[in-house]
Amino acid sequence: MAKPNPTDRKYSKEHEWALDHGDGTATVGITDYAQEMLTDIVFVELPPVGKKVEQTAPLAVVESVKSVSDVFAPVGGEVIAVNLPLESRPELINQDAFGEGWIVKLKMDNPAELDGLMAAAAYDALIREEKH
Amino acid sequence: MDLIFEKSRPGRTAGGIPVCDVPEIALDQVIEQRLLREDVDLPEVAEVDLIRHYTTLSRRNFGVDVGFYPLGSCTMKYNPKINEDVARLPGFTALHPLAPAEFAQGDMRMMYELQGFLSEIFGMADFTLQPAAGAHGELTGVMMMKKYFETRGDDRRRILIPDAAHGTNPATGALCGFQTVTVRSNAEGGVDMDHLRELMTGDAVGLMLTNPNTLGLFERNIEGVSDIVHSRGGLLYCDGANANAFMGKTRAGDLGFDVIQLNLHKTFSTPHGCGGPGSGPVGVSDKLVDYLPVPRIVKDGDRYAWSEDFPDTIGRVRAFYGNFNVMVKAYAYIRSLGPDGLRKVSEVAVLNANYLKEKLKPYFDLAYDRTCMHECVFTGHRQVRESGVHTSDIAKRLLDYGYHPPTIYFPMIVPEAIMIEPNETESLETLDAFCDVMIAIAREAREEPEKVKSAPLTTPVRRLDEVRAAREPDVCWKG
Repeated sequence: MAKPNPTDRKYSKEHEWALDHGDGTATVGITDYAQEMLTDIVFVELPPVGKKVEQTAPLAVVESVKSVSDVFAPVGGEVIAVNLPLESRPELINQDAFGEGWIVKLKMDNPAELDGLMAAAAYDALIREEKH
Repeated sequence: MDLIFEKSRPGRTAGGIPVCDVPEIALDQVIEQRLLREDVDLPEVAEVDLIRHYTTLSRRNFGVDVGFYPLGSCTMKYNPKINEDVARLPGFTALHPLAPAEFAQGDMRMMYELQGFLSEIFGMADFTLQPAAGAHGELTGVMMMKKYFETRGDDRRRILIPDAAHGTNPATGALCGFQTVTVRSNAEGGVDMDHLRELMTGDAVGLMLTNPNTLGLFERNIEGVSDIVHSRGGLLYCDGANANAFMGKTRAGDLGFDVIQLNLHKTFSTPHGCGGPGSGPVGVSDKLVDYLPVPRIVKDGDRYAWSEDFPDTIGRVRAFYGNFNVMVKAYAYIRSLGPDGLRKVSEVAVLNANYLKEKLKPYFDLAYDRTCMHECVFTGHRQVRESGVHTSDIAKRLLDYGYHPPTIYFPMIVPEAIMIEPNETESLETLDAFCDVMIAIAREAREEPEKVKSAPLTTPVRRLDEVRAAREPDVCWKG
């Protein structure tokens, strides 16, 4: 079963999470529920550092044995770091979606965009609904 | 079984070569040293071993000539053998691709008539037969849409695509330089009209719509969709991948579509997927006729000729005139069935899918519970919830019962999707036998879930490690 959704971060409808570091930057990944739906991830296409994305624009691509999916930016900003180990070990997302399986770090254009995302409780409710 | 490489013995051959009667020259005197390899290691076997090896392999193959294939026309429906007979007539097979038009009048007539038949069946002004396959047809169609706006000095940048679309649609839009924008589906599996109204601005070239869509559902609001797109100056593109569901019942042109690409293997029973090249004819409304690829066949009295004299054309999209042999088979299919036969194809395809849907409905949840067209989409939701059996497990278990699995995990808007397309060729007995197996698997999923999760149990190889195959692809036998 999916791991609990940590309460220290915000969630998008598209199953991404964003962890605010309080200094204008945020770490972004996909949720444990998302990795469970995707099943075994076999490839992650990371964006180049320096890439600028708007909120909801495609940020990265994850490929599983079932499908290829875009990862959308939960907040807009500039990519300041990417999780390079994912290139050789995409399974990190399956193993630890909220930790070692992070995808990028963004310097946010407008941290207020985080306010439009869901807290863990609201996201819990969303996936409960999707499951039924 | 052993690989052909493992059957190899040094010096064994499948045929004798006569003694050399010209002076021998060392290889490296005629071929550069750097191009020569010693380690090619081709298998060396006798003719009988070769024949046995490949005949045995072919007997393990499952195809539509062997059994029921619920993947449907997406992969390939049954190819009537009369198509093959006709395509082997010497007038077609012995034609040199560079033969001048005056020596190829019969072949040109076939193509000209096929364009005419397709135009009539789908209500379009004209057709091109050039594109090499369905996705190439999409590209050709959207290139014509692009040219239409360019010639008007209209610099639209976006193309709208429903979330249920085939992946080739956004790929086509992107390849033509457009930004692709996703239109949501509504609760009954059609286009969300409000969302379409919001997105269909003066900056959008139009909508690429599959109808019936990938859920096997006919777009009930098609006239409304057409009005919205056209009222903003856009064009309506029909992905004709599912045209086998409405032949003779309605026509793309009458529904307001400006472009349609067909996949001849789906609708007109030509081979596909290892069975031969594809063909993706594209039909257009009056608005787009000037942009059709060249050369086009023109008829002058009783004679057929090639013409490149269409100044607004997008140009040539394929060498020669497309995959000619495939066109012959589609032509044979149309002529052997006639208008009433083609209508019946669609009617029976739809009837078969609905029969199967109703019969399996008590055992599997439907993604959208409404009358379907040529295919129906279930979801493995109930099985996952009840016993942790996933759609992929059900698909693997079907192998044990001697069936090729249906399409799974597509369309992507349906979690755990199981998409079944029986096609028009299947009898009531075949459908019943398949339903019995699906019902048996549903029972197993409840009562013996471990059996389903570990399937297949009876195939030459058990469950393959798809994850490792994708993460560490290695196609070398050894070394």
